[in-house]
Amino acid sequence: MSAAGATPDRLARFAVSPRRRRRDNLARAGILGATLIALVPLVLIIYYLLTKGLGAWSSSFFTTDPTGNTFFKNSSIGGIKSAILGTIEIVALASAISVPIGIGVAIWLVEYGRDSWFAQVVRFFVDVLTGVPSIIFGLFVYIVLIVGTGSTYAGYKGAIALSLLMLPVVIRSAEVVLLLVPDSLRESALALGAPRWRMIFSVVLPTALPGMVTGVLLAIARAAGETAPLLFTAGATLKSGFNLSGFMNSLPIQIYGDVTSPTASVEQRAWGAALTLVAMILALNLIARLIARRSRLA
Amino acid sequence: MTPTEPSTNVTDVDPEASPELGRETSETGRRTPIVGEHTQALARIPGQATAMTVRLQELRAFYGAAEQVRGIDLEFRANEVTAIIGPSGCGKSTMIRCINRMHEEIPGAHAEGRVLLDDVNIYDASVDVVAVRRAIGMVFQKPNPFPTMSIFDNVAAGLRLSGRRGSDLRAKVESALRSAGLWEEVSERLDEPGAGLSGGQQQRLCIARSLAVDPEVILMDEPCSALDPIATLKIEELIEELKRRVTIVIVTHNMQQAARVADRTAFILGGELVEVGATQEIFTKPTDPRTEEYVTGKFG
Repeated sequence: MSAAGATPDRLARFAVSPRRRRRDNLARAGILGATLIALVPLVLIIYYLLTKGLGAWSSSFFTTDPTGNTFFKNSSIGGIKSAILGTIEIVALASAISVPIGIGVAIWLVEYGRDSWFAQVVRFFVDVLTGVPSIIFGLFVYIVLIVGTGSTYAGYKGAIALSLLMLPVVIRSAEVVLLLVPDSLRESALALGAPRWRMIFSVVLPTALPGMVTGVLLAIARAAGETAPLLFTAGATLKSGFNLSGFMNSLPIQIYGDVTSPTASVEQRAWGAALTLVAMILALNLIARLIARRSRLA
Repeated sequence: MTPTEPSTNVTDVDPEASPELGRETSETGRRTPIVGEHTQALARIPGQATAMTVRLQELRAFYGAAEQVRGIDLEFRANEVTAIIGPSGCGKSTMIRCINRMHEEIPGAHAEGRVLLDDVNIYDASVDVVAVRRAIGMVFQKPNPFPTMSIFDNVAAGLRLSGRRGSDLRAKVESALRSAGLWEEVSERLDEPGAGLSGGQQQRLCIARSLAVDPEVILMDEPCSALDPIATLKIEELIEELKRRVTIVIVTHNMQQAARVADRTAFILGGELVEVGATQEIFTKPTDPRTEEYVTGKFG
Protein backbone atom coordinates (compact mmCIF):
# COMPACT_ATOMS: atom_id res chain seq x y z
CA MET A 1 0.00 0.00 0.00
CA SER A 2 0.92 3.65 0.19
CA ALA A 3 3.09 3.50 3.26
CA ALA A 4 5.69 1.29 1.59
CA GLY A 5 8.16 4.10 1.38
CA ALA A 6 6.76 5.99 -1.61
CA THR A 7 6.76 9.73 -1.27
CA PRO A 8 3.42 11.55 -1.64
CA ASP A 9 4.77 13.13 -4.83
CA ARG A 10 5.28 9.81 -6.51
CA LEU A 11 1.90 8.55 -5.38
CA ALA A 12 0.17 11.60 -6.86
CA ARG A 13 1.22 10.48 -10.29
CA PHE A 14 -1.08 7.47 -9.95
CA ALA A 15 -4.02 9.23 -8.26
CA VAL A 16 -7.31 9.80 -10.10
CA SER A 17 -7.51 13.45 -11.05
CA PRO A 18 -10.49 15.38 -9.58
CA ARG A 19 -11.61 16.30 -13.08
CA ARG A 20 -11.81 12.67 -14.16
CA ARG A 21 -13.59 11.75 -10.95
CA ARG A 22 -16.22 14.46 -11.57
CA ARG A 23 -16.74 13.32 -15.14
CA ASP A 24 -17.00 9.73 -14.05
CA ASN A 25 -19.65 10.55 -11.45
CA LEU A 26 -21.57 12.64 -13.95
CA ALA A 27 -21.57 9.88 -16.53
CA ARG A 28 -22.61 7.29 -13.98
CA ALA A 29 -25.47 9.48 -12.80
CA GLY A 30 -26.54 10.03 -16.40
CA ILE A 31 -26.81 6.38 -17.36
CA LEU A 32 -28.45 5.45 -14.06
CA GLY A 33 -31.00 8.21 -14.66
CA ALA A 34 -31.72 6.89 -18.16
CA THR A 35 -32.29 3.43 -16.72
CA LEU A 36 -34.68 4.75 -14.08
CA ILE A 37 -36.64 6.79 -16.65
CA ALA A 38 -37.02 3.70 -18.81
CA LEU A 39 -38.32 1.78 -15.81
CA VAL A 40 -41.04 4.34 -15.00
CA PRO A 41 -43.52 3.38 -17.73
CA LEU A 42 -42.84 -0.32 -17.18
CA VAL A 43 -43.56 -0.07 -13.48
CA LEU A 44 -46.62 2.12 -14.07
CA ILE A 45 -48.05 -0.33 -16.61
CA ILE A 46 -47.68 -3.23 -14.22
CA TYR A 47 -49.05 -1.13 -11.34
CA TYR A 48 -52.19 -0.09 -13.25
CA LEU A 49 -52.71 -3.57 -14.67
CA LEU A 50 -52.58 -5.09 -11.20
CA THR A 51 -54.66 -2.48 -9.34
CA LYS A 52 -57.32 -2.16 -12.02
CA GLY A 53 -57.21 -5.64 -13.49
CA LEU A 54 -57.09 -7.80 -10.39
CA GLY A 55 -60.44 -6.36 -9.27
CA ALA A 56 -62.08 -7.74 -12.40
CA TRP A 57 -60.68 -11.23 -11.88
CA SER A 58 -63.03 -13.81 -10.44
CA SER A 59 -63.75 -17.41 -11.25
CA SER A 60 -66.76 -16.48 -13.39
CA PHE A 61 -64.60 -13.93 -15.22
CA PHE A 62 -62.68 -16.80 -16.81
CA THR A 63 -65.58 -19.22 -17.20
CA THR A 64 -68.33 -17.14 -18.78
CA ASP A 65 -68.62 -15.58 -22.20
CA PRO A 66 -69.27 -11.85 -22.47
CA THR A 67 -73.03 -11.26 -22.65
CA GLY A 68 -72.88 -8.17 -24.79
CA ASN A 69 -75.23 -6.56 -22.27
CA THR A 70 -73.43 -3.35 -21.38
CA PHE A 71 -76.11 -0.76 -20.74
CA PHE A 72 -78.30 -2.12 -17.97
CA LYS A 73 -76.68 -1.75 -14.60
CA ASN A 74 -78.27 -4.78 -13.00
CA SER A 75 -77.52 -7.34 -15.68
CA SER A 76 -74.25 -9.27 -15.85
CA ILE A 77 -71.75 -8.28 -18.52
CA GLY A 78 -70.10 -11.72 -18.42
CA GLY A 79 -66.46 -12.73 -18.51
CA ILE A 80 -63.81 -13.24 -21.16
CA LYS A 81 -63.92 -17.00 -21.73
CA SER A 82 -64.50 -16.68 -25.48
CA ALA A 83 -61.61 -14.23 -25.78
CA ILE A 84 -59.15 -16.50 -23.97
CA LEU A 85 -60.23 -19.57 -25.92
CA GLY A 86 -60.19 -17.65 -29.19
CA THR A 87 -56.67 -16.33 -28.61
CA ILE A 88 -55.42 -19.81 -27.76
CA GLU A 89 -57.08 -21.36 -30.82
CA ILE A 90 -56.01 -18.68 -33.27
CA VAL A 91 -52.44 -18.59 -31.97
CA ALA A 92 -52.24 -22.39 -31.97
CA LEU A 93 -53.32 -22.56 -35.60
CA ALA A 94 -50.98 -19.67 -36.51
CA SER A 95 -48.11 -21.57 -34.87
CA ALA A 96 -49.04 -24.80 -36.61
CA ILE A 97 -48.72 -22.93 -39.90
CA SER A 98 -45.66 -20.78 -39.27
CA VAL A 99 -43.43 -23.02 -37.13
CA PRO A 100 -42.90 -25.94 -39.55
CA ILE A 101 -42.52 -23.59 -42.52
CA GLY A 102 -40.27 -21.21 -40.62
CA ILE A 103 -37.97 -23.92 -39.29
CA GLY A 104 -37.87 -25.49 -42.74
CA VAL A 105 -36.76 -22.18 -44.24
CA ALA A 106 -34.12 -21.75 -41.52
CA ILE A 107 -32.74 -25.26 -42.11
CA TRP A 108 -32.57 -24.58 -45.81
CA LEU A 109 -30.83 -21.25 -45.30
CA VAL A 110 -28.19 -22.63 -42.93
CA GLU A 111 -27.60 -26.14 -44.24
CA TYR A 112 -28.17 -25.79 -47.96
CA GLY A 113 -28.56 -22.21 -49.17
CA ARG A 114 -25.64 -20.84 -47.16
CA ASP A 115 -24.27 -17.87 -49.10
CA SER A 116 -25.88 -18.58 -52.47
CA TRP A 117 -27.59 -15.66 -54.16
CA PHE A 118 -31.03 -17.16 -53.61
CA ALA A 119 -30.34 -17.56 -49.89
CA GLN A 120 -29.29 -13.91 -49.75
CA VAL A 121 -32.52 -12.91 -51.49
CA VAL A 122 -34.56 -15.00 -49.03
CA ARG A 123 -32.74 -13.44 -46.06
CA PHE A 124 -33.39 -9.97 -47.45
CA PHE A 125 -37.12 -10.59 -47.83
CA VAL A 126 -37.34 -12.17 -44.39
CA ASP A 127 -35.77 -8.99 -42.99
CA VAL A 128 -38.25 -6.86 -44.92
CA LEU A 129 -41.10 -9.00 -43.60
CA THR A 130 -39.86 -8.49 -40.03
CA GLY A 131 -40.26 -4.75 -40.46
CA VAL A 132 -43.75 -4.82 -41.96
CA PRO A 133 -46.33 -3.23 -39.61
CA SER A 134 -48.72 -5.84 -38.27
CA ILE A 135 -51.82 -4.13 -39.66
CA ILE A 136 -50.47 -4.73 -43.18
CA PHE A 137 -50.71 -8.49 -42.63
CA GLY A 138 -54.31 -8.05 -41.52
CA LEU A 139 -55.01 -5.90 -44.54
CA PHE A 140 -53.40 -8.43 -46.87
CA VAL A 141 -55.50 -11.29 -45.54
CA TYR A 142 -58.58 -9.06 -45.63
CA ILE A 143 -58.02 -8.23 -49.30
CA VAL A 144 -57.16 -11.76 -50.38
CA LEU A 145 -59.34 -13.98 -48.19
CA ILE A 146 -62.32 -11.77 -47.38
CA VAL A 147 -62.79 -9.24 -50.17
CA GLY A 148 -61.14 -11.57 -52.68
CA THR A 149 -63.40 -14.51 -51.90
CA GLY A 150 -66.44 -12.40 -51.11
CA SER A 151 -66.75 -14.11 -47.74
CA THR A 152 -66.63 -12.87 -44.19
CA TYR A 153 -64.48 -12.96 -41.06
CA ALA A 154 -63.23 -16.28 -39.70
CA GLY A 155 -60.89 -17.50 -36.97
CA TYR A 156 -58.61 -19.25 -39.43
CA LYS A 157 -58.20 -16.06 -41.45
CA GLY A 158 -56.98 -14.32 -38.31
CA ALA A 159 -54.62 -17.23 -37.74
CA ILE A 160 -53.21 -16.86 -41.24
CA ALA A 161 -52.59 -13.14 -40.64
CA LEU A 162 -50.82 -13.95 -37.38
CA SER A 163 -48.79 -16.74 -38.99
CA LEU A 164 -47.48 -14.28 -41.57
CA LEU A 165 -46.44 -12.04 -38.71
CA MET A 166 -44.74 -14.90 -36.87
CA LEU A 167 -42.98 -16.40 -39.88
CA PRO A 168 -40.02 -13.99 -40.11
CA VAL A 169 -39.50 -14.11 -36.34
CA VAL A 170 -39.43 -17.92 -36.37
CA ILE A 171 -37.10 -18.03 -39.39
CA ARG A 172 -34.64 -15.52 -38.00
CA SER A 173 -34.48 -16.98 -34.49
CA ALA A 174 -34.14 -20.56 -35.78
CA GLU A 175 -31.47 -19.48 -38.25
CA VAL A 176 -29.42 -17.81 -35.52
CA VAL A 177 -29.61 -20.91 -33.32
CA LEU A 178 -28.72 -23.26 -36.19
CA LEU A 179 -25.70 -21.09 -36.96
CA LEU A 180 -24.60 -21.52 -33.35
CA VAL A 181 -24.28 -25.29 -33.82
CA PRO A 182 -20.54 -25.75 -34.30
CA ASP A 183 -19.46 -26.87 -37.77
CA SER A 184 -17.20 -29.42 -36.12
CA LEU A 185 -20.31 -31.41 -35.14
CA ARG A 186 -21.56 -31.36 -38.73
CA GLU A 187 -18.14 -32.42 -39.96
CA SER A 188 -17.82 -35.29 -37.55
CA ALA A 189 -21.28 -36.56 -38.47
CA LEU A 190 -20.45 -36.35 -42.17
CA ALA A 191 -17.05 -37.96 -41.57
CA LEU A 192 -18.85 -40.93 -39.98
CA GLY A 193 -20.60 -41.50 -43.27
CA ALA A 194 -23.89 -39.82 -42.44
CA PRO A 195 -25.96 -38.57 -45.36
CA ARG A 196 -26.64 -34.85 -45.04
CA TRP A 197 -30.30 -35.22 -44.06
CA ARG A 198 -29.45 -37.66 -41.29
CA MET A 199 -26.71 -35.35 -40.03
CA ILE A 200 -29.30 -32.57 -39.81
CA PHE A 201 -31.95 -34.65 -38.06
CA SER A 202 -29.71 -36.59 -35.69
CA VAL A 203 -27.07 -34.06 -34.77
CA VAL A 204 -27.88 -30.48 -35.77
CA LEU A 205 -31.57 -30.30 -34.81
CA PRO A 206 -31.27 -31.98 -31.38
CA THR A 207 -28.39 -29.65 -30.54
CA ALA A 208 -30.34 -26.58 -31.64
CA LEU A 209 -33.70 -27.68 -30.24
CA PRO A 210 -33.82 -25.72 -26.96
CA GLY A 211 -32.87 -22.51 -28.75
CA MET A 212 -35.44 -23.07 -31.46
CA VAL A 213 -38.18 -23.72 -28.90
CA THR A 214 -37.26 -20.45 -27.20
CA GLY A 215 -37.50 -18.56 -30.48
CA VAL A 216 -40.86 -20.14 -31.29
CA LEU A 217 -42.27 -19.29 -27.86
CA LEU A 218 -41.17 -15.68 -28.21
CA ALA A 219 -42.80 -15.50 -31.64
CA ILE A 220 -46.00 -16.93 -30.15
CA ALA A 221 -45.85 -14.41 -27.30
CA ARG A 222 -45.54 -11.60 -29.78
CA ALA A 223 -48.40 -12.84 -31.96
CA ALA A 224 -50.73 -13.41 -29.01
CA GLY A 225 -50.75 -9.72 -28.17
CA GLU A 226 -51.42 -8.43 -31.68
CA THR A 227 -54.71 -6.64 -32.33
CA ALA A 228 -54.29 -5.17 -35.77
CA PRO A 229 -53.99 -8.41 -37.79
CA LEU A 230 -57.19 -9.73 -36.15
CA LEU A 231 -59.35 -6.61 -36.42
CA PHE A 232 -60.69 -7.30 -39.87
CA THR A 233 -59.82 -10.96 -40.27
CA ALA A 234 -61.15 -12.89 -37.27
CA GLY A 235 -63.87 -10.44 -36.36
CA ALA A 236 -65.35 -10.20 -32.89
CA THR A 237 -67.99 -12.32 -31.28
CA LEU A 238 -69.37 -13.09 -27.84
CA LYS A 239 -69.66 -16.85 -27.97
CA SER A 240 -66.80 -19.23 -27.46
CA GLY A 241 -66.46 -22.16 -29.80
CA PHE A 242 -64.09 -24.33 -31.70
CA ASN A 243 -65.24 -23.53 -35.20
CA LEU A 244 -62.28 -21.82 -36.79
CA SER A 245 -64.26 -20.95 -39.91
CA GLY A 246 -66.64 -18.81 -37.91
CA PHE A 247 -66.15 -15.44 -36.22
CA MET A 248 -63.79 -15.78 -33.34
CA ASN A 249 -63.18 -13.63 -30.31
CA SER A 250 -59.68 -12.89 -28.99
CA LEU A 251 -58.18 -11.08 -26.03
CA PRO A 252 -56.76 -8.07 -27.89
CA ILE A 253 -60.08 -7.53 -29.70
CA GLN A 254 -62.02 -7.94 -26.45
CA ILE A 255 -59.81 -5.33 -24.79
CA TYR A 256 -60.16 -3.04 -27.78
CA GLY A 257 -63.95 -3.27 -27.67
CA ASP A 258 -64.29 -2.98 -23.91
CA VAL A 259 -61.93 -0.11 -23.32
CA THR A 260 -63.98 2.17 -25.56
CA SER A 261 -67.17 1.40 -23.62
CA PRO A 262 -68.74 4.13 -21.46
CA THR A 263 -69.81 1.61 -18.82
CA ALA A 264 -67.35 1.42 -15.90
CA SER A 265 -67.76 -2.32 -15.31
CA VAL A 266 -67.03 -3.05 -18.97
CA GLU A 267 -63.98 -0.84 -18.84
CA GLN A 268 -62.83 -2.78 -15.83
CA ARG A 269 -63.27 -5.99 -17.79
CA ALA A 270 -60.81 -4.55 -20.32
CA TRP A 271 -58.24 -4.19 -17.52
CA GLY A 272 -58.93 -7.72 -16.36
CA ALA A 273 -58.52 -9.05 -19.90
CA ALA A 274 -55.32 -7.04 -20.35
CA LEU A 275 -53.90 -8.49 -17.15
CA THR A 276 -54.85 -11.97 -18.36
CA LEU A 277 -53.10 -11.43 -21.68
CA VAL A 278 -49.96 -10.07 -20.01
CA ALA A 279 -49.93 -13.00 -17.57
CA MET A 280 -50.20 -15.49 -20.44
CA ILE A 281 -47.38 -13.84 -22.39
CA LEU A 282 -45.24 -13.56 -19.28
CA ALA A 283 -45.73 -17.27 -18.64
CA LEU A 284 -44.59 -18.05 -22.21
CA ASN A 285 -41.55 -15.83 -21.75
CA LEU A 286 -40.64 -17.54 -18.51
CA ILE A 287 -40.91 -20.96 -20.11
CA ALA A 288 -38.76 -19.74 -23.00
CA ARG A 289 -36.12 -18.49 -20.56
CA LEU A 290 -36.10 -21.75 -18.63
CA ILE A 291 -35.61 -23.73 -21.82
CA ALA A 292 -32.92 -21.33 -23.05
CA ARG A 293 -31.03 -21.79 -19.79
CA ARG A 294 -30.94 -25.53 -20.35
CA SER A 295 -29.58 -25.07 -23.84
CA ARG A 296 -26.17 -26.51 -24.51
CA LEU A 297 -25.28 -23.72 -26.86
CA ALA A 298 -23.90 -20.40 -25.71
CA MET B 1 -18.06 -27.79 -55.06
CA THR B 2 -17.99 -30.68 -57.49
CA PRO B 3 -14.53 -32.14 -57.70
CA THR B 4 -13.14 -31.77 -61.15
CA GLU B 5 -12.92 -34.95 -63.10
CA PRO B 6 -9.46 -36.45 -63.07
CA SER B 7 -7.64 -35.22 -66.09
CA THR B 8 -6.06 -37.64 -68.50
CA ASN B 9 -2.55 -37.02 -67.23
CA VAL B 10 -3.28 -38.69 -63.94
CA THR B 11 -5.12 -41.71 -65.26
CA ASP B 12 -2.08 -42.98 -67.08
CA VAL B 13 0.43 -42.90 -64.28
CA ASP B 14 3.78 -43.97 -65.57
CA PRO B 15 4.45 -47.29 -63.82
CA GLU B 16 8.18 -46.70 -63.99
CA ALA B 17 7.84 -43.41 -62.20
CA SER B 18 6.47 -45.21 -59.19
CA PRO B 19 7.71 -48.78 -59.28
CA GLU B 20 7.16 -48.95 -55.56
CA LEU B 21 3.43 -48.51 -55.94
CA GLY B 22 3.05 -51.41 -58.29
CA ARG B 23 5.12 -53.76 -56.19
CA GLU B 24 3.36 -52.88 -52.99
CA THR B 25 0.00 -54.19 -54.18
CA SER B 26 1.27 -57.46 -55.54
CA GLU B 27 3.44 -58.19 -52.53
CA THR B 28 0.75 -57.71 -49.97
CA GLY B 29 -1.61 -59.70 -52.15
CA ARG B 30 -4.74 -57.85 -51.12
CA ARG B 31 -7.87 -58.25 -53.16
CA THR B 32 -7.79 -55.99 -56.16
CA PRO B 33 -11.27 -54.79 -57.04
CA ILE B 34 -12.16 -54.61 -60.68
CA VAL B 35 -11.76 -51.03 -61.77
CA GLY B 36 -15.16 -49.55 -62.41
CA GLU B 37 -17.02 -51.70 -59.92
CA HIS B 38 -16.55 -49.20 -57.16
CA THR B 39 -19.51 -50.30 -55.17
CA GLN B 40 -17.97 -53.71 -54.78
CA ALA B 41 -14.78 -52.30 -53.39
CA LEU B 42 -16.56 -49.98 -50.98
CA ALA B 43 -19.23 -52.39 -49.82
CA ARG B 44 -17.71 -54.32 -46.99
CA ILE B 45 -18.84 -56.82 -44.48
CA PRO B 46 -19.09 -55.03 -41.14
CA GLY B 47 -16.52 -56.22 -38.63
CA GLN B 48 -14.29 -57.60 -41.32
CA ALA B 49 -12.65 -54.45 -42.51
CA THR B 50 -8.94 -54.68 -43.19
CA ALA B 51 -6.50 -51.86 -43.57
CA MET B 52 -6.18 -50.50 -47.09
CA THR B 53 -3.48 -48.57 -48.84
CA VAL B 54 -4.25 -45.01 -49.89
CA ARG B 55 -2.46 -43.33 -52.74
CA LEU B 56 -2.61 -39.68 -53.67
CA GLN B 57 -1.87 -38.97 -57.31
CA GLU B 58 -1.31 -35.39 -58.45
CA LEU B 59 -3.65 -34.23 -55.69
CA ARG B 60 -4.51 -30.56 -55.86
CA ALA B 61 -6.86 -28.75 -53.52
CA PHE B 62 -8.34 -25.31 -53.93
CA TYR B 63 -10.19 -22.76 -51.88
CA GLY B 64 -11.90 -20.79 -54.60
CA ALA B 65 -9.03 -20.01 -56.94
CA ALA B 66 -6.31 -20.33 -54.30
CA GLU B 67 -4.36 -23.55 -54.66
CA GLN B 68 -3.49 -24.85 -51.22
CA VAL B 69 -2.27 -28.33 -52.18
CA ARG B 70 -0.13 -28.24 -55.30
CA GLY B 71 0.07 -31.68 -56.83
CA ILE B 72 1.03 -34.21 -54.19
CA ASP B 73 1.91 -37.83 -54.94
CA LEU B 74 2.02 -39.83 -51.75
CA GLU B 75 1.28 -43.32 -50.51
CA PHE B 76 -0.06 -44.34 -47.13
CA ARG B 77 0.64 -48.03 -46.69
CA ALA B 78 -1.76 -50.45 -45.12
CA ASN B 79 -1.22 -51.14 -41.42
CA GLU B 80 1.28 -48.35 -41.13
CA VAL B 81 1.16 -45.00 -39.40
CA THR B 82 2.19 -42.15 -41.66
CA ALA B 83 2.81 -38.78 -40.06
CA ILE B 84 2.41 -35.55 -42.00
CA ILE B 85 4.59 -32.75 -40.72
CA GLY B 86 5.10 -29.21 -41.93
CA PRO B 87 4.73 -25.62 -40.81
CA SER B 88 1.31 -24.00 -40.21
CA GLY B 89 -0.57 -23.26 -43.40
CA CYS B 90 1.47 -25.66 -45.52
CA GLY B 91 -1.62 -27.57 -46.59
CA LYS B 92 -1.30 -30.73 -44.51
CA SER B 93 -4.79 -30.49 -42.99
CA THR B 94 -6.27 -29.61 -46.37
CA MET B 95 -4.51 -32.61 -47.84
CA ILE B 96 -5.86 -35.15 -45.39
CA ARG B 97 -9.34 -33.63 -45.65
CA CYS B 98 -9.18 -34.52 -49.34
CA ILE B 99 -8.66 -38.18 -48.46
CA ASN B 100 -12.22 -38.60 -47.15
CA ARG B 101 -13.62 -35.83 -49.31
CA MET B 102 -14.34 -33.53 -46.39
CA HIS B 103 -12.50 -30.73 -48.15
CA GLU B 104 -15.36 -30.23 -50.57
CA GLU B 105 -17.75 -29.51 -47.67
CA ILE B 106 -16.21 -26.07 -47.41
CA PRO B 107 -18.10 -23.66 -49.68
CA GLY B 108 -16.09 -22.86 -52.77
CA ALA B 109 -13.49 -25.56 -52.16
CA HIS B 110 -12.66 -28.39 -54.54
CA ALA B 111 -9.99 -30.95 -55.22
CA GLU B 112 -8.40 -32.33 -58.37
CA GLY B 113 -6.34 -35.43 -59.05
CA ARG B 114 -6.87 -38.90 -57.73
CA VAL B 115 -7.08 -40.53 -54.34
CA LEU B 116 -6.93 -44.28 -54.64
CA LEU B 117 -8.29 -46.48 -51.90
CA ASP B 118 -6.62 -49.70 -52.99
CA ASP B 119 -7.56 -49.43 -56.66
CA VAL B 120 -10.66 -47.27 -56.45
CA ASN B 121 -10.42 -43.58 -57.19
CA ILE B 122 -12.67 -42.03 -54.56
CA TYR B 123 -13.07 -38.96 -56.75
CA ASP B 124 -14.58 -41.02 -59.55
CA ALA B 125 -18.00 -39.73 -60.59
CA SER B 126 -19.69 -43.03 -59.73
CA VAL B 127 -18.39 -43.10 -56.16
CA ASP B 128 -20.78 -42.22 -53.34
CA VAL B 129 -19.12 -39.78 -50.99
CA VAL B 130 -21.03 -41.27 -48.06
CA ALA B 131 -19.51 -44.71 -48.74
CA VAL B 132 -16.06 -43.14 -48.91
CA ARG B 133 -16.46 -41.64 -45.47
CA ARG B 134 -17.60 -44.94 -44.02
CA ALA B 135 -14.40 -46.53 -45.27
CA ILE B 136 -12.15 -43.64 -44.23
CA GLY B 137 -12.84 -42.31 -40.76
CA MET B 138 -11.62 -39.07 -39.30
CA VAL B 139 -10.62 -37.76 -35.88
CA PHE B 140 -10.50 -34.00 -35.51
CA GLN B 141 -8.24 -31.58 -33.73
CA LYS B 142 -10.64 -30.75 -30.95
CA PRO B 143 -12.54 -33.58 -29.27
CA ASN B 144 -16.11 -33.10 -30.45
CA PRO B 145 -18.53 -35.67 -29.02
CA PHE B 146 -22.15 -34.97 -29.93
CA PRO B 147 -23.35 -32.79 -27.03
CA THR B 148 -26.91 -34.12 -26.95
CA MET B 149 -25.86 -37.76 -26.77
CA SER B 150 -24.72 -40.10 -24.02
CA ILE B 151 -21.41 -41.94 -24.16
CA PHE B 152 -23.19 -44.99 -25.54
CA ASP B 153 -25.12 -42.99 -28.12
CA ASN B 154 -22.01 -41.18 -29.25
CA VAL B 155 -20.38 -44.47 -30.21
CA ALA B 156 -23.62 -45.88 -31.58
CA ALA B 157 -24.06 -42.66 -33.58
CA GLY B 158 -21.52 -43.85 -36.09
CA LEU B 159 -23.67 -46.90 -36.80
CA ARG B 160 -27.01 -45.13 -36.58
CA LEU B 161 -25.94 -42.16 -38.67
CA SER B 162 -24.72 -44.38 -41.45
CA GLY B 163 -28.01 -46.21 -41.38
CA ARG B 164 -26.59 -49.48 -40.16
CA ARG B 165 -28.55 -50.85 -37.30
CA GLY B 166 -28.00 -54.23 -35.84
CA SER B 167 -29.29 -56.25 -32.95
CA ASP B 168 -25.74 -56.41 -31.68
CA LEU B 169 -25.45 -52.64 -31.28
CA ARG B 170 -24.40 -53.05 -27.66
CA ALA B 171 -21.66 -55.49 -28.55
CA LYS B 172 -20.37 -53.21 -31.28
CA VAL B 173 -20.31 -50.22 -28.96
CA GLU B 174 -18.46 -52.19 -26.33
CA SER B 175 -15.94 -53.49 -28.83
CA ALA B 176 -15.31 -49.97 -30.22
CA LEU B 177 -14.87 -48.57 -26.70
CA ARG B 178 -12.48 -51.39 -25.84
CA SER B 179 -10.46 -50.77 -28.99
CA ALA B 180 -10.24 -47.11 -28.04
CA GLY B 181 -9.01 -48.05 -24.58
CA LEU B 182 -11.96 -46.36 -22.94
CA TRP B 183 -14.16 -49.25 -21.88
CA GLU B 184 -12.69 -49.67 -18.39
CA GLU B 185 -13.25 -45.99 -17.64
CA VAL B 186 -16.80 -45.62 -18.91
CA SER B 187 -18.47 -49.04 -18.76
CA GLU B 188 -20.34 -48.08 -15.58
CA ARG B 189 -21.67 -44.79 -16.92
CA LEU B 190 -22.56 -45.32 -20.55
CA ASP B 191 -25.73 -43.26 -20.12
CA GLU B 192 -23.94 -40.13 -18.98
CA PRO B 193 -23.36 -37.34 -21.51
CA GLY B 194 -20.22 -37.71 -23.59
CA ALA B 195 -19.44 -34.04 -23.02
CA GLY B 196 -18.91 -34.80 -19.30
CA LEU B 197 -15.69 -36.72 -19.94
CA SER B 198 -12.21 -35.20 -19.73
CA GLY B 199 -10.61 -33.89 -22.91
CA GLY B 200 -8.48 -36.98 -23.42
CA GLN B 201 -11.41 -39.30 -22.76
CA GLN B 202 -13.54 -37.28 -25.17
CA GLN B 203 -10.93 -37.69 -27.87
CA ARG B 204 -10.79 -41.45 -27.26
CA LEU B 205 -14.60 -41.43 -27.38
CA CYS B 206 -14.35 -39.79 -30.80
CA ILE B 207 -11.86 -42.46 -31.86
CA ALA B 208 -14.27 -45.14 -30.62
CA ARG B 209 -17.05 -43.44 -32.58
CA SER B 210 -15.09 -43.63 -35.81
CA LEU B 211 -13.93 -47.20 -35.09
CA ALA B 212 -17.52 -48.36 -34.61
CA VAL B 213 -18.22 -48.12 -38.33
CA ASP B 214 -15.23 -50.33 -39.14
CA PRO B 215 -13.18 -48.06 -41.37
CA GLU B 216 -10.14 -49.28 -43.30
CA VAL B 217 -8.34 -45.99 -42.84
CA ILE B 218 -8.40 -43.42 -40.05
CA LEU B 219 -7.29 -39.84 -40.63
CA MET B 220 -6.21 -37.89 -37.58
CA ASP B 221 -5.89 -34.13 -37.84
CA GLU B 222 -3.67 -33.09 -34.93
CA PRO B 223 -5.62 -35.33 -32.56
CA CYS B 224 -3.56 -34.43 -29.50
CA SER B 225 -3.07 -30.70 -29.91
CA ALA B 226 -5.84 -29.94 -27.38
CA LEU B 227 -4.70 -32.59 -24.88
CA ASP B 228 -2.27 -32.72 -21.96
CA PRO B 229 0.86 -34.91 -22.16
CA ILE B 230 -0.66 -37.87 -20.32
CA ALA B 231 -3.78 -37.95 -22.48
CA THR B 232 -1.51 -37.54 -25.51
CA LEU B 233 0.52 -40.55 -24.46
CA LYS B 234 -2.63 -42.66 -24.19
CA ILE B 235 -3.71 -41.67 -27.68
CA GLU B 236 -0.27 -42.48 -29.01
CA GLU B 237 -0.35 -45.93 -27.42
CA LEU B 238 -3.77 -46.38 -28.95
CA ILE B 239 -2.48 -45.46 -32.39
CA GLU B 240 0.19 -48.13 -32.04
CA GLU B 241 -2.57 -50.68 -31.26
CA LEU B 242 -4.91 -49.54 -33.99
CA LYS B 243 -2.50 -49.84 -36.87
CA ARG B 244 -2.95 -53.60 -36.69
CA ARG B 245 -6.40 -53.17 -38.16
CA VAL B 246 -6.39 -49.82 -39.93
CA THR B 247 -4.15 -47.56 -41.93
CA ILE B 248 -3.46 -44.36 -40.03
CA VAL B 249 -2.58 -40.94 -41.36
CA ILE B 250 -1.80 -38.41 -38.67
CA VAL B 251 -1.16 -34.71 -39.12
CA THR B 252 0.95 -33.35 -36.30
CA HIS B 253 2.76 -30.21 -35.31
CA ASN B 254 4.70 -32.12 -32.74
CA MET B 255 7.80 -33.67 -34.23
CA GLN B 256 8.48 -35.81 -31.19
CA GLN B 257 5.03 -37.24 -31.67
CA ALA B 258 5.75 -38.04 -35.30
CA ALA B 259 8.98 -39.71 -34.22
CA ARG B 260 7.16 -41.72 -31.56
CA VAL B 261 4.18 -43.01 -33.49
CA ALA B 262 4.91 -42.95 -37.20
CA ASP B 263 6.44 -45.66 -39.35
CA ARG B 264 6.85 -43.18 -42.15
CA THR B 265 6.85 -39.43 -42.18
CA ALA B 266 6.07 -36.98 -44.97
CA PHE B 267 7.24 -33.38 -44.91
CA ILE B 268 4.98 -30.89 -46.67
CA LEU B 269 5.95 -27.33 -47.48
CA GLY B 270 3.95 -24.75 -49.42
CA GLY B 271 1.42 -27.32 -50.55
CA GLU B 272 4.08 -29.61 -52.00
CA LEU B 273 5.61 -32.83 -50.78
CA VAL B 274 9.25 -32.20 -49.96
CA GLU B 275 10.20 -35.64 -48.77
CA VAL B 276 8.72 -38.88 -47.53
CA GLY B 277 10.45 -41.82 -45.99
CA ALA B 278 10.95 -43.99 -42.94
CA THR B 279 10.49 -41.78 -39.90
CA GLN B 280 13.98 -42.41 -38.65
CA GLU B 281 15.47 -41.45 -42.01
CA ILE B 282 13.48 -38.22 -42.13
CA PHE B 283 14.61 -37.20 -38.68
CA THR B 284 18.22 -38.36 -38.81
CA LYS B 285 19.39 -38.12 -42.40
CA PRO B 286 16.87 -36.33 -44.59
CA THR B 287 17.89 -35.93 -48.20
CA ASP B 288 16.38 -32.48 -48.66
CA PRO B 289 18.04 -29.54 -46.87
CA ARG B 290 14.62 -27.99 -46.20
CA THR B 291 13.53 -31.09 -44.31
CA GLU B 292 16.66 -30.95 -42.25
CA GLU B 293 16.10 -27.30 -41.41
CA TYR B 294 12.54 -28.01 -40.37
CA VAL B 295 13.17 -31.10 -38.24
CA THR B 296 16.11 -29.44 -36.52
CA GLY B 297 13.92 -26.48 -35.64
CA LYS B 298 15.51 -23.85 -37.87
CA PHE B 299 12.07 -22.70 -39.07
CA GLY B 300 8.40 -23.50 -38.67
